[in-house]
Amino acid sequence: MASETTAMGPSAGASTRPSAGPGLVARLRRDAPWWVLPATVVTSLTTFSGYALWTALLGHDRWGPYLSPFYSPEIAAGRTRASSAIFVAGAPLLFRFTCYYYRKAYYRSFLLDPPACAVRDPHRTYSGETSFPTVLNNLHRYVWWLVAIVVSFLWLDVFRAFFGTGADSGHIWLGVGTGVMLGNVVLLTAYSASCHSFRHMVGGHVDCFSCVRFGKARYQAWRGVTLLNIRHPMWAWVSMFSVWGTDIYLRMLQAGWFLDPHIRF
Amino acid sequence: MAEPYTTIDCDVLVVGAGGTGLRAAVAAAEAGCRVQVVSKSLLGKAHTVMAEGGIAAGLGNVDADDSWTVHFADTMRGGKMLNNWRMVEIYAKEVIDRVFELERWGGLFDRTEDGRIMQRAFGAHSHRRLCHVGDRTGLELIRTCQDKAVHTPGVEVSMEYTLTQLLGDGHHVTGAIGYDRNDGQFVVVRAKAVVLATGGWGRMYRTTSNSWEGTGDGAAMAYLAGAELLDMEFVQFHPTGMIWPPGARGILVTEAVRGEGGMLFNSEGQRFMLEYDPQKKDLSSRDVVARSIFKEVKAGRGTPHGGAYLDIRHRGAEYIKKKLPSMWEQFHSLASVDITREPMEVYPTIHYTMGGVRVDPESAATRVAALYAAGEVAGGLHGSNRLGGNSLGDILVFGKRAGEYAAEYAKTVGSAPVIADAQVAEAQSDALRFLAGDGDATGENPYLLHEALQDAMQDDAGIARDQQSLTRSLEAILELQERAKRMRVGGGRVLNPGWHSCMDVVNMLTVSEAIVRSALERKESRGSQWRLDYPDLSEEQGRVNYAVYRDGELMRIRAVPLEPIPVELSRHLEDG
Amino acid sequence: MEVRVFRGVPGGEQGEVAYDVPPVEGMVVLDAIHHIQKHLQTDLACRWNCKAAKCGSCSAEINGTPRLMCKTRIDELPEGPVTVRPLAAFPLIKDLVTDVSWNYEVNKKIPPFTAAEGDRGPWRIQEVDIDRLYEFRRCIECFLCQDVCHILRNHDMRDRFYGPRFFVRVAGLEMHPKDVLNRVEQTRAEGGLGLCNITKCCTEVCPEHIHITDNAIIPLKERNADAHWDPINFVRRKLRRDSGGGAATRGLDEEPAGGPPR
Ligand SMILES: Cc1cc2nc3c(=O)[nH]c(=O)nc-3n(C[C@H](O)[C@H](O)[C@H](O)COP(=O)(O)OP(=O)(O)OC[C@H]3O[C@@H](n4cnc5c(N)ncnc54)[C@H](O)[C@@H]3O)c2cc1C
Ligand code: SF4
Ligand code: SF4
Ligand code: FES
Ligand code: FES
Repeated sequence: MASETTAMGPSAGASTRPSAGPGLVARLRRDAPWWVLPATVVTSLTTFSGYALWTALLGHDRWGPYLSPFYSPEIAAGRTRASSAIFVAGAPLLFRFTCYYYRKAYYRSFLLDPPACAVRDPHRTYSGETSFPTVLNNLHRYVWWLVAIVVSFLWLDVFRAFFGTGADSGHIWLGVGTGVMLGNVVLLTAYSASCHSFRHMVGGHVDCFSCVRFGKARYQAWRGVTLLNIRHPMWAWVSMFSVWGTDIYLRMLQAGWFLDPHIRF
Repeated sequence: MAEPYTTIDCDVLVVGAGGTGLRAAVAAAEAGCRVQVVSKSLLGKAHTVMAEGGIAAGLGNVDADDSWTVHFADTMRGGKMLNNWRMVEIYAKEVIDRVFELERWGGLFDRTEDGRIMQRAFGAHSHRRLCHVGDRTGLELIRTCQDKAVHTPGVEVSMEYTLTQLLGDGHHVTGAIGYDRNDGQFVVVRAKAVVLATGGWGRMYRTTSNSWEGTGDGAAMAYLAGAELLDMEFVQFHPTGMIWPPGARGILVTEAVRGEGGMLFNSEGQRFMLEYDPQKKDLSSRDVVARSIFKEVKAGRGTPHGGAYLDIRHRGAEYIKKKLPSMWEQFHSLASVDITREPMEVYPTIHYTMGGVRVDPESAATRVAALYAAGEVAGGLHGSNRLGGNSLGDILVFGKRAGEYAAEYAKTVGSAPVIADAQVAEAQSDALRFLAGDGDATGENPYLLHEALQDAMQDDAGIARDQQSLTRSLEAILELQERAKRMRVGGGRVLNPGWHSCMDVVNMLTVSEAIVRSALERKESRGSQWRLDYPDLSEEQGRVNYAVYRDGELMRIRAVPLEPIPVELSRHLEDG
Repeated sequence: MEVRVFRGVPGGEQGEVAYDVPPVEGMVVLDAIHHIQKHLQTDLACRWNCKAAKCGSCSAEINGTPRLMCKTRIDELPEGPVTVRPLAAFPLIKDLVTDVSWNYEVNKKIPPFTAAEGDRGPWRIQEVDIDRLYEFRRCIECFLCQDVCHILRNHDMRDRFYGPRFFVRVAGLEMHPKDVLNRVEQTRAEGGLGLCNITKCCTEVCPEHIHITDNAIIPLKERNADAHWDPINFVRRKLRRDSGGGAATRGLDEEPAGGPPR
């Protein structure tokens, strides 16, 4: 994952990006066998998806002012928590599944298309992203909008945790859990703001910034997103682990393993 | 009887796919001719791709008082007035349009604040004049011309063909013969007119920025076909080439480093250019800077590997990486030097050949009918020293003209010329004799002859020369020419670099002889010619160019008086 | 030092031959090949021109990785023999030389830069409008990306796929502020844009550090999604066509208001 972000190449203008990772170069040095990376990716992605499914089916309640990112927004009140979680967790999962970076990761690691660069892929026929279902990845931009909604709710959750909800409202609540939730939503925001489709929307599709309305601002926005986008794979991974971590943290609180250290005033 | 060969028919044959060849091809095709372009390498790999610094044109985008007249004066002065003034005039005027045309064809340049083409300072240009894109202007130029050419109807390109001989009768050319490098089969191109755009020659020197292609094929072929070679003594040493590691020796460090503020220091930390040229300092003309580095090293003030330090660190990492990305990359990957933190070590490297085929300034025609020459292979524009950035302009301006005039000529030729079978057969056996066939591989090794030639040229006909060293060099060349007749290599005709080298060596020997004979003739120091035994300018020799021509088997040389510069133009030389 | 070089011609004997090359400080693989040519095997074939990583001629596979021979230092390779083989994705001619002419055929199919009729300059072009293009223009046509791309290398889909180099070319033209053509549909239909599964091997090998996938291919895929997967655009296009506006060659991206979704 961090592989995409190490070695620095020479730079020019806004397209400054770190150079390609040590995948191939590593092989040149013969110090890491090619399958190490795919194997790591397979393990983490499978575990995460498994966990997400499990947690969604399980469902759980709030702990104090906190809400797990798997259950936000709290929609469809009246039904069970589990079913809403399946719905709510669906958007982020779809988002990750159609994400350009995760596509690379699973094409390489799960489908071995190719397993690694200059390593023969085992398939006889190949259609890439031209046929069902992978062709639907073109819809990534719409899932971005869904996730944008989810992420706004997560921000709301942080505020609510901060100012308290229900009986607690009127107080300010500062706990480790608030920090965990805040960290998580920041990372998720960075992940979705560094999205390739978003980069296209804010300015990537413009050919001549100085010929269009608000060109300057759009150029600046595009540049900003580009800077974030350089580290998109990193955001993808850390935000995945932060979601996971946040849920585990809250689950541990609920299980009563320990109390969330906090101040209330 | 000739062995079987393929015949290609066209109106205009363009030999070479550098900037010159591609521009000529577009011009000739737009004039309605069928054009055949031939090159030794793949398309887009010619020397032009390596050019870094920029293309000089008096646009006045950065320094508003620049204009073609100032550019004219700078170029004449840089060449120590040995230039053909008419060529310089045409060049300085037309290069402006050629730059805009490049942009119209999709080329990109760095921009000024207000969106015009950015221009940078360069050695001995009195104004900031070099239009550039980072330090890979040549790549931009050749890619733009390449895309234009392949999409121009009427242009056909044959890659990886080497032409070995022009066909004709000594007064008139009818095409050329060569071989397909990949399968070794012979090809005859029948053409109503031929444009030579084969670039320069630096490979006969040990330390050079040139690629393997720089073997002087074009000059040698033109000479054999009856054309004259002008100003051959003037071979440019670029002051800054890499010297370390050994494998990278000679690779160019662009003058743009100094254009962007880089400074030269000796091992004692002195900025020696302040002394050698207090006015233009590090951006003095190339001959002056190269000689200064040479002198510093001779005086024992060289760097550990025997060169000078070139330092650009003060411009800051971000600026350096934006303006000189390929220099950063080159030092980083080849020498493990980070030029934003450490100085570079540099030493002069053979870079460019001012001399070349003598042509008519307007039409690029040689004295052989139907034969045109332009770009680095032609002589006259740069006099005794070329200013940086004047070559990329040269190749576009005269490439276009050569294409147009060749097309015009071709249209006056009624039917396709006749190729004499005997001439083809002779050219074939000239090439095939180097193949040992079975058994006998005991001849001379072309690579080792090449190495011996490099010694003779680098040591005795290099940056500093005198009667004695030049005589020694000439003797060595003549002896090598004898040995070259006995070159033999193993292997077959399919892509056999040893075999190809044999033909390159023959050409290099011819051209080297012309260089050394001309250098012997010019008993003065001027521009790139530095004679230790004649350290000063000679007024008398400043009035002539030397031209080499073939007389039977003999190489002869004659003095060609310079044409006087008309007053309207010489006026510009006095301003400033 | 042992250098194992692939030798052979199609249909003939083929295999790696080991040569002993004396190591020199800082030497690159191309230096080793030159040593072999000069002293051991005069007819060993390889391509090279500039020996300065500027022309993209000397592409080969060094220890299994597509690289430029003139830019790969022997001392950055692991101890032990160095293997040098020709590009695997292209037909062999001899030894280290392959037939890359297909690439030049592809380039011919891509419509060249075209400015609006009558827009002849000299132009004012702002740096902000072209700063992302410089990267694309750095391409030295080494075809290492073409070689490593599994679609060409393993699946040999030359008839349906332009390859990463030409997506870079198309992107450079499409994003040019003065170009008026739209090549996205052609790139999808004929160039096989959809076949690319963004697995980034091209980016990993590019010696010019062009971010082929992130900066050229993905933006093209997004532009293609604008055209084919965007109902809002679909409706707009329909409306515009009905009202007779918008020339067919003009892409949505040239609309002053910019393409949705916004
Ligand atoms: C490293 C470097 C940096 C430079 N930087 C600059 C700069 O910043 N500014 C500037 O103005 N100039 C610069 N120059 C000089 C400039 O690049 C060249 O002078 C110019 O490109 C020559 O162009 P050309 O078209 O005449 O020849 P080339 O580009 O050399 O092309 C010659 C063509 O002829 C073909 N050819 C040769 N022999 C044969 C044959 N026998 N049969 C068939 N084809 C043949 C070759 O294959 C090739 O295609 C630089 C040169 C070098 C080497
Ligand atoms: S990212 Fe696409 S074009 Fe590049 S190597 Fe992978 S499949 Fe080929
Ligand atoms: S994009 Fe990079 S790898 Fe591909 S041909 Fe160009 S320089 Fe080579
Ligand atoms: S590309 Fe990864 S989230 Fe959109
Ligand atoms: S020889 Fe030009 S890139 Fe290696």
